Amino acid sequence: MSALNPALEEIVAEFSEVPEADRLELLLDYSRELPELPPHLAEHPELLEQVVECQSPLFLIVEVGADQVVRLFFSAPPEAPTTRGFASVLAAGLDGSSAEEILAVPEDMPARLGLSRALSPLRMRGMSAMLGRIKRQVTEQLAAA
Amino acid sequence: MSLPLENNPNYAQYAHPERLVSTDWLAANLGAKNLVALESNEDILLYSTGHIPGALKIDWFTELNDEVTRDYVEGEAFAELMASKGISRDSTVVIYGDKSNWWAAYALWVFTLFGHEDVRLLDGGRDKWIAEGRETSTEKPAVTATEYPVVERDDSVIRAYLPQVLEHLGNPLIDVRSPEEYTGERTHMPNYPEEGAMRGGHIPTAASVPWGKAAAADGTFKPRAELEAIYFDEAGLKPGDEVIAYCRIGERSSHTWFVLKHLLGFETVRNYDGSWTEWGNAVGVPIVRGEANGELPAQRGARA
Repeated sequence: MSALNPALEEIVAEFSEVPEADRLELLLDYSRELPELPPHLAEHPELLEQVVECQSPLFLIVEVGADQVVRLFFSAPPEAPTTRGFASVLAAGLDGSSAEEILAVPEDMPARLGLSRALSPLRMRGMSAMLGRIKRQVTEQLAAA
Repeated sequence: MSLPLENNPNYAQYAHPERLVSTDWLAANLGAKNLVALESNEDILLYSTGHIPGALKIDWFTELNDEVTRDYVEGEAFAELMASKGISRDSTVVIYGDKSNWWAAYALWVFTLFGHEDVRLLDGGRDKWIAEGRETSTEKPAVTATEYPVVERDDSVIRAYLPQVLEHLGNPLIDVRSPEEYTGERTHMPNYPEEGAMRGGHIPTAASVPWGKAAAADGTFKPRAELEAIYFDEAGLKPGDEVIAYCRIGERSSHTWFVLKHLLGFETVRNYDGSWTEWGNAVGVPIVRGEANGELPAQRGARA
């Protein structure tokens, strides 16, 4: 099992430590904490990439800095709390990480949240797709640098 | 005792007006004895962000599906579920949800498998209630558990299994998925996740009518004349046809099932809930790719 960066590791532990019945409540808490887009992106939503695999509209963009520190930004409507919750977990766990740490996040990370009995497989695939697209954007920007 | 029907002239146009209630009706009847409002959403966290006061959540994934077998719960589990939500066999159940009642119609269809008689949809669903600025609550309603009889699920009338769909070929099929799913078009891009089906396309001869066509912009059902134009004139259905609808796992096609059965009055409409995740993975069944409905195969595949 490859290692998660500390922040994401902590979130996974947080989910696995609460009883299964309370995990959705935790995801709901995360959905409320999804940061707003910063002004330079809020004014240019066309810069964000849609994660079409999600059942609700979800847009994301990755910015790899010169120091290889990665910023992650997400946009999802309030009527899509599950999608927002996933985005918020990734934002809290990966925003500000290094490109290397993000590329090392294992593909099965969403499954480690222990939500697969509570959420449909399609939902879980939506989160995997977010992670996949984040990694792809990171790789592309590293190659272009 | 179930509640009196809503006397709403808007619904008189439909074949079974007793299956719909308006937001006005629900607002006026909230709290009535033997009325249970259930919220069934595609996004299962949505209920917790605020729901119609007194409404309970029903979770299609964890409550209506069996956890192990790909099937709906059995009679005993359904009876327990109903009892835990304070529903009696003669309760009036009003179901509503997000996305033009997509998952609400799915829940209604499952209730129908168990023969629950008085189950209605809130026309316009959650979005209309909220758009009208009506009250919502995050309070979890108190429930007095009831007794609900164990009724075995009846899959013979409104549900189709794969072999029955093969037998049905030659009769009308409605594919309610998006046009891209219907044609079998694949979007190949890096990191695209695993699809739920091995093969893309549709069942030969199926007409493409994306489910959302039946819904107006405010989430209510379109007037009957418009529905007739869609399903009769465009999709080629004729009164009296026996129809099977399908989608990916049977949820969106429940919405179309509701339209055909309760609004347009087709007697025999079945929902093929195995849908594309079964058909697109099954060995030897015929598939058509592209925009054309396709011809009926001479041999109906190795499975016929």
